[in-house]
Amino acid sequence: MVENRKGYDIIIHTILVLVCICCIAPFLLLISSSFTAENSLIKDGYFFFPREFSLEAYQFLLSDNSIFRAYGVTILLTLVGTALNLMITTLIAYPLSIRDMPGRNLVNFYVFFTMLFAGGLVPTYMMWTQIFHIKNTFAALLFPSLLTNGFTIMMMRSYFQQNIPAEVLESARIDGANEFYILFKIVIPMSLPIMATIGLMAGLAYWNDWSNNLYYITDSNLNSIQGLLNRMLTNAQYINQTATMGNVGTASVPTTAVRMGVAVLGAVPILCIYPFFQKYFVKGMTMGAVKG
Amino acid sequence: MKKKSLGLRMRKYWPFYIMMLPAIIYLFINNYIPMSGLVLAFKKYNVRDGIFGSPWVGLQNFEFLFATKDAWVITRNTILYNLVFIVSGTAAAIGLAVILNDVTSKRKKKVYQTIVLLPYMISMVVVAYLCNAFLAADTGFINNYILKPLGLEGISFYSEPKYWPFILVFINLWKGVGYSCILYLANLGGIDPGYYEAASLDGATRWQRFTKITLPCLKPTIITMTILAIGKMFYSDFGLFYQVPMQSGSLFSVTQTIDTYVFYGLMNNGNIGMSAAAGFYQSLVGFILVLGTNTIVRRVSKENAMF
Repeated sequence: MVENRKGYDIIIHTILVLVCICCIAPFLLLISSSFTAENSLIKDGYFFFPREFSLEAYQFLLSDNSIFRAYGVTILLTLVGTALNLMITTLIAYPLSIRDMPGRNLVNFYVFFTMLFAGGLVPTYMMWTQIFHIKNTFAALLFPSLLTNGFTIMMMRSYFQQNIPAEVLESARIDGANEFYILFKIVIPMSLPIMATIGLMAGLAYWNDWSNNLYYITDSNLNSIQGLLNRMLTNAQYINQTATMGNVGTASVPTTAVRMGVAVLGAVPILCIYPFFQKYFVKGMTMGAVKG
Repeated sequence: MKKKSLGLRMRKYWPFYIMMLPAIIYLFINNYIPMSGLVLAFKKYNVRDGIFGSPWVGLQNFEFLFATKDAWVITRNTILYNLVFIVSGTAAAIGLAVILNDVTSKRKKKVYQTIVLLPYMISMVVVAYLCNAFLAADTGFINNYILKPLGLEGISFYSEPKYWPFILVFINLWKGVGYSCILYLANLGGIDPGYYEAASLDGATRWQRFTKITLPCLKPTIITMTILAIGKMFYSDFGLFYQVPMQSGSLFSVTQTIDTYVFYGLMNNGNIGMSAAAGFYQSLVGFILVLGTNTIVRRVSKENAMF
């Protein structure tokens, strides 16, 4: 090429490096602050490297049970939620991909309509609390966001339609396999990419969810890690309350550093795991349009 | 072969109906019951009579809602933020995708991609903490390390509405640009390199190639994405507007959207009637927007329409 390729390369790499710094810097500020001594934070504010290194925030957090409990709730929720989501999504997506099933269009519309119209927070909240009484139960964290709407069902159905040849299913049926056997032994093993994508999307949503905690939970024993973060954000006393329940005196709580420490504990597992699963996320994002 | 009767055919397919049952029941509960619960907007709710037993009040809740200044403020904020998000988000995503696409080293490209997608992966609560580390009045980075060395007075961001439109737009961009950039990147990969080679041979500059080849090739995606975003214009990211301003009351004039208004009405004020009316207003206009925009998409590029 006639043009100055080298000059252009320098420009784009400079821009990209700047954008990347922009994306990472806030995390560095957060992590560095969580390792800074409380009095240094109060005097000098949050900075990109600890002016006075200290582990007191983490010592406090680890001396307190609530953080372990919250991790336990989050991990259990993420595992159960993801498994349940994948199960009911797969179970309906497979029949919907079979073209000659009677009633297919009807069910299809039933699923698809949930993507167009929603009742919103008020009736949803009323129903879960007044009819199903899920307030302050584990179910409140699990069920309201199991499937927000029919989106993932449609996504998986499209994948089945495009990637599982009808002849494969037909020959299995002629061999006398029943539909459950076909689904679990043939369809699912042939669809691992979409399973990974939808599973990861659901897992991420459960790990990051704080809204159900905000709507339905007042019992601090049921706090997930994000729920705990949400409570601590605007309520500094929340840290002190948990402290008095533990064995640390209220006076010595390093509140400013602890806030950052909890946020680190909430974000770091995702930041560490995500690069390994990035492939599936990207694949899911570019999977294309979902149709009714 | 004679076509079998519906009953016979359905018997053949019975395992399918059992498989579909859990999702059908779940969607009925989680999505369809709340749709019918929208009638709350026309009722004076009391706990004893429940959702469906409470007395009807006609349009009273709406009269109260639209008599307040809030109705105008939340509608304006929701729509204006969405418009700015659509424009800034699209421009930034295309710009980033184009330069990422020009990176020749595959490994570097992957590293960049991984990093710009990081903010998308974390929850809005964590974002609120990150933001607070910069903006806090006493311990924040900006006040202590940028304004102070310059000899400027510290700003108490959480009580100054004028900064928030910029802050929220920036955070939305920061968190979302990696995601939409990947969508455009996938599109760029599909453009025939032959176009660019031919254009270079004819002496087209880089900018000319961008405006004459790249943009026209991306046009269908840009139009579709924009129209779909317009369809969601009556909804806002609850986390962004609830968590990031840390529920500061003095910022409400620029941070309150329909979603946060409904939430506060339901949880804090106990004004369920007005909250339900605002929710109904959102559901209805949202539905009309989705139907309308989809009709337009179908005209522009049929394969991108939702239905």
